[in-house]
Amino acid sequence: MKLRTNSHTLLGALLGVAVMAAGCVTINIYFPAAAAEKAADRIIDEVWQLKGGVPTPPAPAPGAKPAEK
Amino acid sequence: MKNWIMKTLWLIAALFAAGQAFAQANLEINTPGVAAIQGSMQKRHGELAPLYASGAVGLTRDGNVALRDPAAVPLAQRAAVNGLIAAENQDRAALYREIARANSHPEWEGDIRNTFGQRWIDRAQAGWYYQNAAGAWTRK
Repeated sequence: MKLRTNSHTLLGALLGVAVMAAGCVTINIYFPAAAAEKAADRIIDEVWQLKGGVPTPPAPAPGAKPAEK
Repeated sequence: MKNWIMKTLWLIAALFAAGQAFAQANLEINTPGVAAIQGSMQKRHGELAPLYASGAVGLTRDGNVALRDPAAVPLAQRAAVNGLIAAENQDRAALYREIARANSHPEWEGDIRNTFGQRWIDRAQAGWYYQNAAGAWTRK
């Protein structure tokens, strides 16, 4: 009886890991729009030389937050 | 008795969650490929900036640049400007592709291009031209 409970718990934990792994894959399929904007801003700063050589924290973040996709 | 198995499983689960959170926070752009393209575009910008300012070249919705007003470019320079635009668009395509590839999601290339298209326009200087949502040239 005791052993049975234990193996049920183990099965549950295994299932949990499987679900998390699957969730990880699923979530990463979605395009991270906010992260992409940050990356774009960093590259645009460099290409257009928008930061006068002084390293300052992230983009000025103009306008509203991007809509969540 | 199977406590250690459980602990290991929880640890794996926690690592997955942490990795997932990290992957969400940033896109990888620190690759030699991205740096090389970025450097090439930065150099070219010195020649493109006056063309943006004069309205000869504008920013398109799809993250490229295009000849907006050929009349703003003297005939003798037109071929050179067209070459500049072609080279810039080639670099931009390579940049979007490289970022998607560096993040192990080549299928994100189109989304990355759209994001950049919007950000180039948002951060353009006043007086530069861009294509609005309807595709019409608009002065910022």
